[in-house]
Amino acid sequence: MSEKVPELEPEVRKKLESVGAELKPEERSGTFLQVDQDVKFSLKWLEGVELMGIKQAMEKHDWLEDYLWRAVKPEDEYTRDVEEEFNGYFIRALPNVRVEVPVEACLYMREVKKQKVHNIIIAEEGSEINILSGCTSHPGVHSGMHIGVSEFYVKKNAKLTFTMIHSWDTGIDVRPRSAAIVEEGGVFISNYILHSPVKVVQMYPAAYLKKDATAIFSSIVVATENSIVDLGSRAVLEGENSTADILSRTISRGGGVIARGHIVGNASDVRGHLECRGLMLSEEGYIHAIPELEARYPNVDLSHEAAIGKIAEDEIFYLMSRGLSRDEATSAIIRGFMEIEIKGLPEFLKKEIDKAIGMVEKGLSV
Amino acid sequence: MDALRVVNLGVKVGGRKILQNINLYIQQGQTYVLFGPNGSGKSSLLSALIGHPSYNIYDGRIMFKGMDITTLPTDERVRMGMGIAFQNPPKVSGVKLIDILRHCARISGQSEEKIQEYAEMMKMADMLNRNVNSGFSGGEVKRSELLQLLLLNPDFIMLDEPDSGVDLDNISIVGDAIRKLLERDRSAEERQKSGLLITHTGHILKYVDADYGVILYKGRIACIGNPYDILEHIEEYGYEGCVEKCLRRFPNSNQK
Ligand SMILES: Nc1ncnc2c1ncn2[C@@H]1O[C@H](COP(=O)(O)OP(=O)(O)O)[C@@H](O)[C@H]1O
Ligand SMILES: [Mg+2]
Repeated sequence: MSEKVPELEPEVRKKLESVGAELKPEERSGTFLQVDQDVKFSLKWLEGVELMGIKQAMEKHDWLEDYLWRAVKPEDEYTRDVEEEFNGYFIRALPNVRVEVPVEACLYMREVKKQKVHNIIIAEEGSEINILSGCTSHPGVHSGMHIGVSEFYVKKNAKLTFTMIHSWDTGIDVRPRSAAIVEEGGVFISNYILHSPVKVVQMYPAAYLKKDATAIFSSIVVATENSIVDLGSRAVLEGENSTADILSRTISRGGGVIARGHIVGNASDVRGHLECRGLMLSEEGYIHAIPELEARYPNVDLSHEAAIGKIAEDEIFYLMSRGLSRDEATSAIIRGFMEIEIKGLPEFLKKEIDKAIGMVEKGLSV
Repeated sequence: MDALRVVNLGVKVGGRKILQNINLYIQQGQTYVLFGPNGSGKSSLLSALIGHPSYNIYDGRIMFKGMDITTLPTDERVRMGMGIAFQNPPKVSGVKLIDILRHCARISGQSEEKIQEYAEMMKMADMLNRNVNSGFSGGEVKRSELLQLLLLNPDFIMLDEPDSGVDLDNISIVGDAIRKLLERDRSAEERQKSGLLITHTGHILKYVDADYGVILYKGRIACIGNPYDILEHIEEYGYEGCVEKCLRRFPNSNQK
């Protein structure tokens, strides 16, 4: 309990804070930091949770071998690259342990050209865990690549909430590769927020859902000038009565966004809904929404809605008629646009997500 | 003291003249009622007064508290003390009523408790976390507009048909709010607030008293007088007949 977080250089600390890192032990149940390929620290303040570097975890648990490359397959150049050499974190909630206070795991790029990460996250039967993962780069690192493989295993009746906040730089190429296997009655909630310029973020995380399982994917991204964000979420409803919601809010401020989504109904009585909303804030840039629904069973309920627009002038005027300046009115509308109602999101995380949305706003007002 | 002085105002929308030669002088403490058939330009006049960018002022000027505000942006007019309740306000997706109320209270320096107090008075306490105007009934829209004004507490208040679509149960709430906003329960000497109130039906005059009535007809001011006399004339002769009588009495009031 007394283990303290080592002192960090102020600029590192500031960058980490911008992706949600909170270094006070009372606000987190554990914290992990990997800089380039090395684990800087891994501290945990609660029983019932395991948190350590993936290398150390593989030494400790023989069985971990079975989890590596089960949800994600090393099928493309990025995953194969990670297969050769990696570091990363291992987080596990033991059976029936419920931890409301989030575990934090940060990945920081400082000197390497390529950061290669493989994470394994397991919520054992009946457990509940919240993870905050901030990924960012050192100020002045203008180019490089981050490849992050994350495999999530949500066991029977467990609940795992994973919130990833990204802040990069104009020349960084980001390729997360992640997938979740959600067992019977399990709940997987994945939230993603990107609030900085980037060269490319390209990812298509998937969740495979067994009987009565639930997945919610939410994402809030901004593509600034010269950034390309190609982002999707996929839910494969394999077990009867499983459900998925994919919600995205994308903003182009001169950059390109491809907002994908794919729900596959593969069993009876499954329900899936996809909601993509886009906001164009600039004459440049684009948003391309590609929602896909696929039914492979007769008794499914799949739907989607997609809408892209700009801020309506009459809405700005209305708020100005209450004394808000044009800028205040604009940011109130953008803020409203980004607000997503996520069912089952713990209070604690709402606060963190609000903070991250605040960062998006800040990024937009420069 | 002057609250509002409108001089020879001409307004175009999309290149079309919709208001011409409007003159209006409202002193502090006075409330004017604006009558007129549908499409005569009543809402457009309020839009021009508050500074809606689509309403292009091609002639004349608007003075508020002795200052020329003809080209001032809307938010600055509001910060000077103008306020408006719209006839058909837009939905603002994602922006909750409470968010707007907080802004209003901040501008007028009123406390958070006042938000609750007025929300209860307007029977809107359950609506605070709803996105503003989205899925609101006609009456809820009117009460929400007035609630926002109560928290903004402006000195010059424009109300566009606050009585339309409000059912009998709620009309007295609306009337009470307007009387409070315009300080109609104070004596004329003590009263600081002024207003310009549009009513199509005149219904609201049973709940709120006013000092002057004006008829706007085909984009021009056709009549000024006692609001109750005007209302009676309209009811008796219709707008057309009423305007005709007025023009005979004041041949210059609608001069080219
Ligand atoms: N934003 C607008 N765009 C186009 N025409 C408008 C607009 N606002 C008002 N008008 C036109 O101006 C005239 C006056 O309308 P309005 O001011 O709404 O009348 P009232 O409120 O008296 O019913 C109408 O012919 C209407 O169609
Ligand atoms: Mg009107």
